[in-house]
Order: sequence, then structure tokens, then C-alpha cells
Amino acid sequence: MYDLIVVGGGHAGCEAAHIGAYLGLKTALVTANIKNIADMPCNPSIGGTAKGIIVREIDALGGLMGRVADRSHFQIKMLNNGKGPAVRSLRAQADKITYPQVMLDFLNNTLNLDIIEGMVENLIVNDTKVNGIILSDGREIKSKAVILTTGTYLKANILIGSENNPGGPHGEARSNNLSDNLKKLGLDIQRLKTGTPPRIKKESIDFSQMQEEKGDNEYYTFSFDNPPFYKINEQQKCYLLYTNVKTHEIIRNNLNKSAMYGGYVTGIGPRYCPSIEDKLVRFADKERHQLFLEPESIYYDEWYLQGFSTSMPRDIQEQMVHSLQGLENAIITKYAYAIEYDALNPLEMKPSLENKIIENLFTAGQINGTSGYEEAAAQGLIAGINAHHKLKGLEPLILHRDEAYIGVLIDDLVTKGTKEPYRMLTSRAEYRLILRHDNADLRLRSIGYKNGTIDEEKYQKLIEKENLINEVKNILRNNNLRLNNETKEIFMKRKLEIPTYSTNLYMLLKRPEISIETIKELIILDYTKEILEEVEIEVKYEGYIAKVYKEAEKMKKLEEKQIPQDIDYDDVLNLASEAKQKLKQIKPLSIAQASRISGVNPSDIAILSVYLKKKYDK
Amino acid sequence: MNDTICAISTSLGVGAISIIRVSGDEAISKVAKLFDGKNLEEVNSHTIHYGHIIDNNEIIDEVLVSVLKAPKTYTKEDIVEINSHGGIATTKKILEVLIANGIRLADKGEFTKRAFLNGRIDLSQAQAVNSLIKSHTNLERKLALNTLNGKVSAKIRKTRQIIVELLANIEVNIDFPEYEDALEITLENLPPRLKEIKSELESLLEESKIGTIIENGIKVAIIGRPNVGKSSILNALLNKNKAIVTDIAGTTRDIVEGEIELKGIALIFIDTAGIRKTEDLVEKIGVDKSLEMIDESDLIILVLNNNEVLTEEDQELLNKIKNKTHIVFVNKTDLPTKLKLNEKEVVTGNTVTLDGLNELKNKIVELFDLERINSSNLEVVSSAREIGLIKEALEYIKNALNNVSNLLPVDMIAIDIKKAWDLLGEITGESYQEELLDTLFSEFCLGK
Repeated sequence: MYDLIVVGGGHAGCEAAHIGAYLGLKTALVTANIKNIADMPCNPSIGGTAKGIIVREIDALGGLMGRVADRSHFQIKMLNNGKGPAVRSLRAQADKITYPQVMLDFLNNTLNLDIIEGMVENLIVNDTKVNGIILSDGREIKSKAVILTTGTYLKANILIGSENNPGGPHGEARSNNLSDNLKKLGLDIQRLKTGTPPRIKKESIDFSQMQEEKGDNEYYTFSFDNPPFYKINEQQKCYLLYTNVKTHEIIRNNLNKSAMYGGYVTGIGPRYCPSIEDKLVRFADKERHQLFLEPESIYYDEWYLQGFSTSMPRDIQEQMVHSLQGLENAIITKYAYAIEYDALNPLEMKPSLENKIIENLFTAGQINGTSGYEEAAAQGLIAGINAHHKLKGLEPLILHRDEAYIGVLIDDLVTKGTKEPYRMLTSRAEYRLILRHDNADLRLRSIGYKNGTIDEEKYQKLIEKENLINEVKNILRNNNLRLNNETKEIFMKRKLEIPTYSTNLYMLLKRPEISIETIKELIILDYTKEILEEVEIEVKYEGYIAKVYKEAEKMKKLEEKQIPQDIDYDDVLNLASEAKQKLKQIKPLSIAQASRISGVNPSDIAILSVYLKKKYDK
Repeated sequence: MNDTICAISTSLGVGAISIIRVSGDEAISKVAKLFDGKNLEEVNSHTIHYGHIIDNNEIIDEVLVSVLKAPKTYTKEDIVEINSHGGIATTKKILEVLIANGIRLADKGEFTKRAFLNGRIDLSQAQAVNSLIKSHTNLERKLALNTLNGKVSAKIRKTRQIIVELLANIEVNIDFPEYEDALEITLENLPPRLKEIKSELESLLEESKIGTIIENGIKVAIIGRPNVGKSSILNALLNKNKAIVTDIAGTTRDIVEGEIELKGIALIFIDTAGIRKTEDLVEKIGVDKSLEMIDESDLIILVLNNNEVLTEEDQELLNKIKNKTHIVFVNKTDLPTKLKLNEKEVVTGNTVTLDGLNELKNKIVELFDLERINSSNLEVVSSAREIGLIKEALEYIKNALNNVSNLLPVDMIAIDIKKAWDLLGEITGESYQEELLDTLFSEFCLGK
């Protein structure tokens, strides 16, 4: 008898199983194929805009993704460096061989964790309470809680042109019955679609025709706890190329042969990663589209053609690829495909990621309608923590929208649901200025500590960091700029205007043209780059940051107006019927969450507020 | 049990029929006392009656009165609706009579609030929420959908569209940094786009002045040194003896208000204490207040004395009002001319022969284009809440422009732009997050 069974060994499953076991639950990770643990079936990268910040948050909360990515990438970049601190985010080209190996190492070194091979086809449910799983060979494994992280494997179909083959990515077997059985248990099932581009053999690529894309010349890590493991000058290159008139002609002439436009697909695909044929149809007047070639691994010779996702038949894919400059003689090692799969309706889960219908059943990752390794890992981590908390009778960990991208992600899912695979974007986070790459630990480490996922040593490190930040700020506040020949020289050397009036260094740093580097020349600041950068951001953008905190504070007040979970919405007179139905389904925890539900109008919120006031405020 | 409330429930436009709504337990009995016609306390529910509203035996207006008994009414209370044909002045007069007879003026949105609290909501949602809750927090503001008319919300939507396209562009740059499909928004190309938004907002505000004028009238401050004849001019315009007029400089210490109607628009006069440099404390308060009035009023009438040479103080006042809508009135033309003035647009006259007073009124009509307001069916933003939101949005855009010149990064500036967009959305009742993503995905070609 296990405390926790995690079904699926993808990015969500690994985090869920690891954190569950770390917190002391006797845990089993059940996967159809141990070789596919932490597999990256699509792009060979971890991070990206917003996603990179999620990885930092996972690390701040004790998850694995950052630590594993740091040990397995061969190129890393800070995106949006020039656009401001709020939107900076890391992206690494992770090695598709190394990443899963490192992850498996971490899991093998986790106490309380067993890894079991098997295809899960059903759940054991007693009185709407989950009690274990049933494998395809009939084996039953009992547990107190189950986390489903089945990715795209539920009744998956691979589509290439008119071909439609049951199966998951990499030709792996799919789960045939699990989604039907979940349906029988009363869960709502939707069908989603995603896709992946072709892979090209390295020797067949003429790189001389393409533009190089290099890693950054500065060291970065996702994790707050380890040093960089790579060497800047040993980073691998990626390449930029474009589609052309000929490519477009081929696609247009064969549009009806694609699975998508030939009408062979029923699932709903994501808007942010349309297939190349989608792009052509929707943006007919564009003459070319950007594509990237990225190495999948340094251990084999396959390259990923980013931007060229398609569901065309193989022969058309050949023509399409060969029309690209530098790929005239390319050998396609894997054809692009679209994949359709069953997913649950995320509106049927609580903000703790526990299912509303079946107790102690949690879900995370693509089964909840999301897309992306990082989004999956984040949910896995939270599901693991909350499965533990549920079994131990603790309050669930629910991150708010002003605390973490992970909070935004889960709140969006459980409040708005999703009709397409959900990807995190910085624009989804209304408080993104305070959800930064640099402050993920400052935001979340103490939360992790309170929830048992961050140990004393890491927590003390955080306290020390906070102290150092304040120390530097105080030094800046207590020291005035002394204008003498020496300091004037510093300004002149940097071609900066010499201040005409005396000011303290704190105020000086607020000026857009004054960097912490300049300040360092004016006063001795013997602190790490990390500390100084944090101070620079917090001081320089203090005004805007305060503004965002104020906005967040307003929402927090509404967040505090809690809705009792035993509320009978039928007893609330005059709610519009759509609102009533949505409220019953979503069961928002607070007035703030209720106000974010589409179909619940301001008038309904007002009616609900008055009802709560009358009924519960005495 | 609720007290009885009243309000003008149609917008205070010109020429249309106005409806005054009365709701509450005493609605029928109280209106019945003021109604010359059938006894409203004895008529059937949901019937309409012809008659007159009278006050102390004086006929105020010829009206149609609807009697609607609870519970099948808007508020689920007894309601009387008075349909008046008169202009603003008559409608307001009826309201005054109702208030004088113990009916309370309703708070903004109070009818709807009652409708809601009494458990009736099968009326249009938009109305149901109008100002239901006084807006302090964002969400609460969002709650208050508004009753904007079509043309105005179309204008605001247009401005929001310009903003959302800019925002979507910025967001694409941020979320998909490697895609060259979208123009990179930089500190160089932002200002022209922000300026476009700024001028859209300014033009909305400019036009809103007309709405404010219709709704609230024109606030007129008559200013000038002591004893130049300000109170006499006011009295002549008001045609009554309200302000204390003496020949001793400095006796008008309180601000006296009076109101006349000009082309259907209310002119609200604020008689300011004579502005002069003084050590007298009481007088000083009056003068400070006068200077304050310059800022608060829509129109300044500066009175100068034809019989005296231009003083330093006069010149100072002329400078102060330079950038405000103003008229210079040279008073006391019945006395010998000693004043020499370079101003071009001047009205001359005196309060002894009443010369120049009509000219003064005509000048006001001309300055505020009252003929046009009076004759056309303008649709402009008029509610204080909406104007406030537009002003706030404008401040954010100005702040954004300012920060562009301070070289702040684009992600900071986007906060101000988004806030402006959000504020305008509160007027039109649209939510932003989904809309932004929709624009982002439909405008730009992204892919993996």
C-alpha cells in the first residue's frame, strides 16, 4: 500500500513523485516505459519567456526542473535583456539524452520513491474516493492518493496527412481505456491537439546558408543552489532560416492533404503554436516565416526544425523541407506530426489540483489542458505538495496571482478553464513586474520552507540574501554623492551628466542612466552580482513596483472575501442562470476568483456579495 | 421600509421629454398632493394620467403621470413617474418641489440598488449594475457598467483599440522575442503612438465638456478689484438683489451663487469677493477663495472700472485669466473714461442703464457655442465617473510618455499603457486579459 501513486513519468510526474517522496509519502511513480522518464518529445529546450521564470519558481519551491536543466543544457540565453527586468527569462537548449538521465538520477536518489513500469488503464475508486490504480495486465496497486500526469497519452492519435495511428509520441503505446474509465467516473473529457515539426539529419544540412544563433557570454543558472556546469565557449549554436515563395506554393497546393485542413483532426490546437499551414492561411500576405534549427543532443545527429510544425503527408513534407535554403538535400529523420489526445476539463479541479468529483485524485500537466514542459512540471510540484497536505490534513498550498506565475497558471486553469492547450505568457500575469526572474526565491522560498519543501540550510541562505539586500540599500541611503575631481572623472569617463546637486546614492541609482556598476565606482560595495542586481532593480523601479503592489493589494482584499465551500447557490436568489451554473461548477474560493469567471457578471458578484454579507456576517 | 426617493431618470438633454421617477412607500401619496388632476391615490396600478404639477397654486408644468404600484415595478416599490415636457429648468423645478415636499433626492444608482436589493433583476443587466456599488476598488469599478450611449462608447472603443494594438505589439515582442514578424516597439517609436492615444483622450475630454455643460451648467466667476461693480452686474443678470452691494470696498466677503438659464443651459454665478491685496484676515480669505474660483470655474468675467486707470492688480488678474475662458467687462461706462486697455475682446456697459448686459450674454452664448448645443442632439461623455476615468487614463499615458523620455524599459511603460486601457475598459465594461490575448494571436503570426 502506497501513500501516493503518480501515473506518468513526464515533467509533471517527475516533480510530483519527487516532492511527494521528499515530504515523506511512500510514493510510486508508474510509467509505461522507464526509458521515457522526463522525455522531451517536442522542442529541445527548457525555459523561454515566462516559462523560464516558472522554472525558477519551481526551484525556489524545492522542485527539480531547474537543477536538472542546469546539468544538461548546451546553450543558455537570457531573453528580453533589453526590455526590462520584469520580462527577463532564461532559455536553455537542453540535451534530450542528458536531461532524462539526470532526472532519473535525481529520482533514483530520492528516498521513499519506487519506479514501476506498467500501463495504467483504470482507477480504484471507493465511494468517490480514489484508492489506487489498475494496470493493463490486471495488476492492482493500492494507494491513498493518485496523481494523474498522463500527458498526451490518453487515447492519443498521431496524424500525418490522412494517416491516423493510435499511439503516443515516439511510437509509444497509448492508454486506451483510462480516459473512458474516467468518463464513467463522471469526469468531463475534451479532445486537444498539438503538433511537432520534422527532425533533420545534421550531415544533410548546409549551415553556411543560415544565420548563427549563439548562447550568451555570461553565466546563468536556473537554480538558486548550484553553480553553472557549462563553459561559455563550449555552447552549441542554433541557426535561423526562412521559408520562401516556393515553400508557400507547395503548402498552398497541398493544403487539403494536411490532417488539419483535410478534416482529419477533431481536437483543438493552440493558437500560439500553429502549424506552418495554419500560419500561411491566417497570414496570407506574409512572404516568409522564421524557422530555427536546433540540435536535439550532442550524442546524436538530429536537429529540430522549430516553426515548421505540420500535419502534411510525408511526401509533401519532403518537398517542403527541400524548398528551404540550406536544406535542399536534407534527410528527414522524423516526420512532423499532429497529435490528438484526451484531456480533462480543468474546471473540474480545485485550486489545489485535486479533482472535485473524486477525492484524493490530483491531476497535473497536459491532462489538465496545458502545453509545455515547464507548465507541466509546475503543476506536478503543486499536485505533489497538495496530495501530501491532503493526506496529512494540512491546508493546501495555493499560490496567488501576485505571488507566482504558477499561481497565475493554476488560477487561470481552475477559474477560466481552457479550450486550447494553455501556454504561459508574461501577458497573462497582470502583476508581472513583481513576478520576476531575479526575485523568485525572495517570493517563494519562505513559502516552500513553511510547506516543508525547502530545508533549513536553503532557508537560512534566503534570510542571508534578504539581509544583504537591505544592507546595500542602507549603505546607499546613508552615503551622499561627494562631488570632487575623482568622482567627476567617473561620470565623465562614462559620458554621464555630472549631477548638479548633492544626493544620496540611493536616489542617484534611481536615475535611468546610472547603473549599479557606476555606483560601485563611487563607493566600495563588496557584494555578489546577484545581490547588487537585485538592489538595482528594486531601487530603480521602486515607483512602478510600488504601483503594482498597490494594485495587487486591492485584489488581495477581494481574495480575502472567502466563499464558504458549502454555499448553496440555489439559495442565492436572482443569480443569472449562467452564473449560477458556472459558480456551482467552479466553486470559487473567494469573491476575487468568482469575479474572474467568464459568464459571471458584475451584477452576479454584487448579488453574491450581498448574500454572503447577509448570511455570514453577523 | 424605505424612504421615498426621486430623481430625474432621463438624461438632462435639451428638447426631449424628461421623466422624474419617484419610488417608495409614500411615492403615490406625496405626488398626489402636488398633482392637479385625478386623485392618484385612487387610480389603478399601471395607468397614466394627464394633469398639472402645482406648487402653492402655481402651475409648474403640464404633465403625464404614471402610477405603478408594488410589486410589479422597477424597484418592487410603489413608483410614480412624471413625464414633463419642459426644458431643464422646468424639470429641475419639479424636482425641487418634490424635494421641498419631503421626498429625498436619490443617490446615484439608488433605484437600481433598490431593484436589486428587493430581489428584482430581470431587467437589463447593464442597468442593473449601474453604480450599484460606489466605485473605489478596481473590481468594484468594473462592477459598475455604464449607461453610455452608442457614439461615445464607439469613440472609447476606438481609442481602446489603438491602445490594445500597441499593447499586443509590445506583448508579442516580450513573449516571442525571437520572432521578427512584429515591429519591435522601442523607446524611439513609442512616443508618436502614445501621442496619438493622448490626443484621442484629450479630444474625448474636450467633447465631454459639452456633456458637462448640459448636465451641470457653466460655472461663472465674476472677479475684479473691490468696488468695480461685480455684485451689481450679478444682480442685474440675476434680476434680483441677492448680493450685498455697497460702495465701501471689501464688503462682499461671501461667495454668493445665483443661476440663470441661457439657451437652455444653466449659468451658475459665483460672486467672488473683490480681489485686492489686503492684510485684513477675513477679507484675505475671501480673496484667496476668489483666486481659487478662477481655477474652479468654466468662465471668468473680469470686471474693470471704466472710471479708473488700470492698476497693477488689474494687470495681475488679466495675466491670471489669460489661459482660461474669459470675458473682460468694462463697467461704469456711465462715468467718464479713464481706463486704457489693450485687450481686443471687451464688452463695455454699466449697471445703471443696463447697457452691455445683453452683449455680455451673447458673448457667453458665442464662447460656449450654446446655439449648437441647444439645437443638436449631442452624444458625449457626461458623467463625472466616466470623465474621471478618462482623465485618469490620460494621466497614465502622460506618465508613460514621460518615462519614455526618462529611458525606462518598455515593460515598465507597458504597465502605464495597460492601466490606461483598463480604465477605459471600465467605462465600456470590457474585460482586458482575454481581449489582449485575442488581439495578440490574431495580429501576429507565431509558431513553434
